[in-house]
Amino acid sequence: MTLIHELLEGMQDFLARAGAMTRFFVRVLLISPAGFLRPRLVIDQVYNAGALSLVIIMTSGLFVGMVMGLQGYDLLSRIGSEDSLGTGAALTLLKELGPVVTALLFAGRAGTALASEIGLMRATDQLSAMEIMAVDPMKRVVLPRFLGGVISMPLLTGIFVAVSLYGVQLIGVQYFGIDQGQFWSEMRSAVDIEDVREGLIKGLVFGVACSLIAVFEGYNAEPTAEGVGRATTRTVVVSAVTTLVLDYIVTAILL
Amino acid sequence: MSIEPSSAVGGTPVARPDNIAELRGVHYSVGDKAVFRGLDIGIRRGEVTAIMGPSGTGKTTLLRLITGQVRADAGEVIVDGRDVSGLSRKELYALRRRMGMLFQNGALLTDIDVFENVAFPLREHAKLPERIVGTLVLTKLHAVGLRGAVGLMPQQLSGGMARRVALARAIVMDPDILIYDEPFAGLDPISMGVVMRLIRSLNDALAISSIVVTHDVQEVSQIADTSYILSDGHVMASGAPADLRANDSPLVHQFMEGLADGPVPFHYPAPDYREQLLGSREGLQ
Repeated sequence: MTLIHELLEGMQDFLARAGAMTRFFVRVLLISPAGFLRPRLVIDQVYNAGALSLVIIMTSGLFVGMVMGLQGYDLLSRIGSEDSLGTGAALTLLKELGPVVTALLFAGRAGTALASEIGLMRATDQLSAMEIMAVDPMKRVVLPRFLGGVISMPLLTGIFVAVSLYGVQLIGVQYFGIDQGQFWSEMRSAVDIEDVREGLIKGLVFGVACSLIAVFEGYNAEPTAEGVGRATTRTVVVSAVTTLVLDYIVTAILL
Repeated sequence: MSIEPSSAVGGTPVARPDNIAELRGVHYSVGDKAVFRGLDIGIRRGEVTAIMGPSGTGKTTLLRLITGQVRADAGEVIVDGRDVSGLSRKELYALRRRMGMLFQNGALLTDIDVFENVAFPLREHAKLPERIVGTLVLTKLHAVGLRGAVGLMPQQLSGGMARRVALARAIVMDPDILIYDEPFAGLDPISMGVVMRLIRSLNDALAISSIVVTHDVQEVSQIADTSYILSDGHVMASGAPADLRANDSPLVHQFMEGLADGPVPFHYPAPDYREQLLGSREGLQ
């Protein structure tokens, strides 16, 4: 009985939180035109969420690409198709790994930064001070950060994929000696614009999800040090799970 | 109807036409706990009004009611003739532009410097040329004695300086009402004296009305025209500080003299001391 009771309570909490987040998302969408009136605020957040994540995205991308090069070459050489390394890597990166890994990295770097920044603003009365100054914190704080994240994610995904492909090329062409021309030409002939579009759509969807979760958790953080810590942790966990669930849904729709 | 403070213990405030803010029969609860049960308070225009009371009596909640951050369960919160609970978000924001508030910790925006913090309300609400913004910001910072700190970041300020910068920000839009939430908390005696004098001088020089929520009875008594002592969800006593000091109510006496024990007990309700000491671990739970 206790287990069932706990399960029901957990389900109730989950639904309440999902409902609150949906309401929050609708509110953000309704005020989103205000973001275009203050582009400077959004550009600052593209820098914070996007430009400041470049190092981690590029470093991770390079190593993910190099590992793919090693594993892919090992696998393909068993069936004598090592020349297809570029094609396989490009499709995997564009359609799956690129958007998903970028979203996970984004949640860990930019998502936690957003949640803790907004949570601390709540804990130190900065959001209340804005309210008293007749400044809507949703428009001044939440919206620019949300839009900054949404704009950054597809761009970061593109950069991640490009750097990863360079990593695959380093291993496949430079290390194992696959013919450079064949590597790139096979990739060009096999990859469609649809594949690129799928990757960008996923990047955009994950960007909306991860940015929304980060600003929601920060804005609704308990105004204590512990509360801000919890909001930051929840941002990473919920973003990661949501990304993987959404990945399945978007893939099923686009295939 | 407007409300005037009475110096009688638990006295019923009476109406006055020159009140800038009034609470009439306000009831407010958080969960099951009743914070206010029929609270009546009048804030007179042009005066410094102190709101005092033991911890947990809802002093900060009172400010949140006046600024419209929370809504009363029953009763009216009238600010400048309008019931705050009946205002739309737009109307509430229009009203708040005529208020300034000093938070206990200053609540400065930590990612911008002192100049930008003070300029923040101007940039958000008034499209003024940069030269005028600069002049206004420097004037207000000069008024609080911190013109020289214009380029510092909030993290570089002491507690007293941060509060003075926040005060400059609170007056930059020339408000009609200035609200102070525990302005003396955690300040050294010099900073406390500075902030105290600033509250009085700004109130008189700018012809505004000030509401000061504080525990610091001695300090606020020197600058307040009228004081209210809250307890148990309503006004326990009100009047000029001298009247409150002369008040013979044990509760008022305990509060004004800062006595540890009295009608407000020193000890939080607990089981029998001897039993708890001699008892098992369960006694501690």
